Amino acid sequence: MTVLERPAVAEVSSPIRSRALPWRNPWRRPYVLASITWLYILWSLVPVLIAVQFSFNDGRSRSTWQGFSRQWYCCNEGSVFEDPSMFHSLLNSLILGVATVIVATPLGVALAMGLTRWRSRTSAVANGISLVPLVTPEIVVGSALYLVVVNLYQFVPLGRPAMLLGHVTFTVSYVLVIVRSRLLSIGGEYEEAARDLGANSLQAIRTILLPLLMPAVFASAMIVFATSLDDFVVSQFLFGSADNETVPILLYNAVRAAPTPALNALASILLVGSFLALILAYVALRARRRSGDESALETLADWG
Amino acid sequence: MPDPVPDKASGHDRATRRLWPALALPGTFWLIALFVVPFYAVMAVAFSGRINIFNEPIPAWSPLEWESSTFTTVITDSFTPSGAYHEVWVRTAIYSFWALVICVAIGYPVAYYTARLAGKRRGLILALILAPWWINYITRMLAWVNLLQDDGYVNKALGWFGIPPHSWLSGSSFTVVWALAYGYLPYFIIPLFASLDRIDQRLLEASRDLGVGSARTFMHVTLPLSRMGLITALVITALPMAGDYYTNTIVSGSPNTSMVGNQIELFLLEGPQKNIGAGLVLLLSLVLMFFMFYYLILTQRASREASR
Repeated sequence: MTVLERPAVAEVSSPIRSRALPWRNPWRRPYVLASITWLYILWSLVPVLIAVQFSFNDGRSRSTWQGFSRQWYCCNEGSVFEDPSMFHSLLNSLILGVATVIVATPLGVALAMGLTRWRSRTSAVANGISLVPLVTPEIVVGSALYLVVVNLYQFVPLGRPAMLLGHVTFTVSYVLVIVRSRLLSIGGEYEEAARDLGANSLQAIRTILLPLLMPAVFASAMIVFATSLDDFVVSQFLFGSADNETVPILLYNAVRAAPTPALNALASILLVGSFLALILAYVALRARRRSGDESALETLADWG
Repeated sequence: MPDPVPDKASGHDRATRRLWPALALPGTFWLIALFVVPFYAVMAVAFSGRINIFNEPIPAWSPLEWESSTFTTVITDSFTPSGAYHEVWVRTAIYSFWALVICVAIGYPVAYYTARLAGKRRGLILALILAPWWINYITRMLAWVNLLQDDGYVNKALGWFGIPPHSWLSGSSFTVVWALAYGYLPYFIIPLFASLDRIDQRLLEASRDLGVGSARTFMHVTLPLSRMGLITALVITALPMAGDYYTNTIVSGSPNTSMVGNQIELFLLEGPQKNIGAGLVLLLSLVLMFFMFYYLILTQRASREASR
């Protein structure tokens, strides 16, 4: 009986659907929105791809393609690795990034563990303070750090030490957010179990909590590295003299002064550096989640 | 007979109680020393009343020494139409406003499509939308400087349609506004995406089942439900945009397009009058804090309504 009824229903409903105007059909494919989205993606990425393309230009122009060459990367006069200021800025950026990771990651992990597991009014206040750097405009952070280093912490020279302090200050919050979300999802049961089995608190942290946190710690270290590599404003307020220029500062100063494709090559190297760090972070997260790429991506999206 | 286990646990609890604050201490100390104190230093310089032999302000560390004359001058120069900084404030507001309008016009459809309609391509689209986030901001601007040069691809493309080349990079407000929108759109889309993604599909289906068309469903269901996400996205984008000074320097470099951030950078890094720079930072922070508080009140009201 039911088998016979089904075609009848279909016959009734299909003429109604076909009579409806196409834009009234809620199940039609969203062509307009889809094209806006893809156009936006092209608009946002193609200029950068063209800039990367010109880093391989066989000539001095940054607007006319003259054939493929690696000359702006290496071993020619004026290439990234032969130009002292460019090579130096690359080195400065790398050293600063690594140093920031080394300081910010343990600081942030300890802060996250402390603030998440320690429940009191003080910890709530500290929690609030530690998230403010995430929403404070960089120009405020940069100028405040500049004024304090120049006027009060005079034992910190402008340059690499001051930049390190600055980078750690705004990246600690990233570590905090990432590690804390992992801590909240782990819950306190594992540590309790460890302590019931006779471990003291430090042992419980070292043998249970830290291994469980490892993917989040690694991912946040990579994100700290990428963020430090990309930072411009805080570095610009604190770099002091030209010896301490990082890559973004050099790009900023050189972009309007008749640059060669070597500048594009330098920017491309920076791009590859931060993407490598990011891919590693993503792989760590994906291994942790084991539920497909989307959720890991969405976690990244939520942290941003 | 007393059970030994609770005793043991409470002994651990005491040790743990001390352990967690001890772990939080270094980070908290760091943020106080390098985030709270620096902000106080801004005030100490802004309210400084004395100068040293280089004509630089001597910070007034004690609030008792605070002298408000410089800061009052900064405020009057900012808010009276003939003031020295009035123009850059107005320009900052206008540029940010139009850049945010572009962000909403482009970012909302993109976030909506990605969150609700992208289907099996969703992961790919999300990755592509997130990519600019990790491309250095200066590099993204540099890419446009390449394209917008007098003999760049943009002018060449316009030439195909018979449009004469335009000099984009010499002080054009149009270029600056679009550059700001281009720079900050990724930061705008993601929070909005997160909020649109959380909307319960069943609410939209219910609206449709009740015979409401797509447009009205959007106006009466989707838009109100994404309101908080939209406001979050606007705040997250507007805060850095208001303090931006590098975008317009890169794509224009002309004093005709200078914003508050340029004035701050100029006074702090290139001149002796750091107290005026600090005063502008303070004023900018106060203006932005006003928006932040408004935002916090809104989020709290929203979460109270949600929990009711």
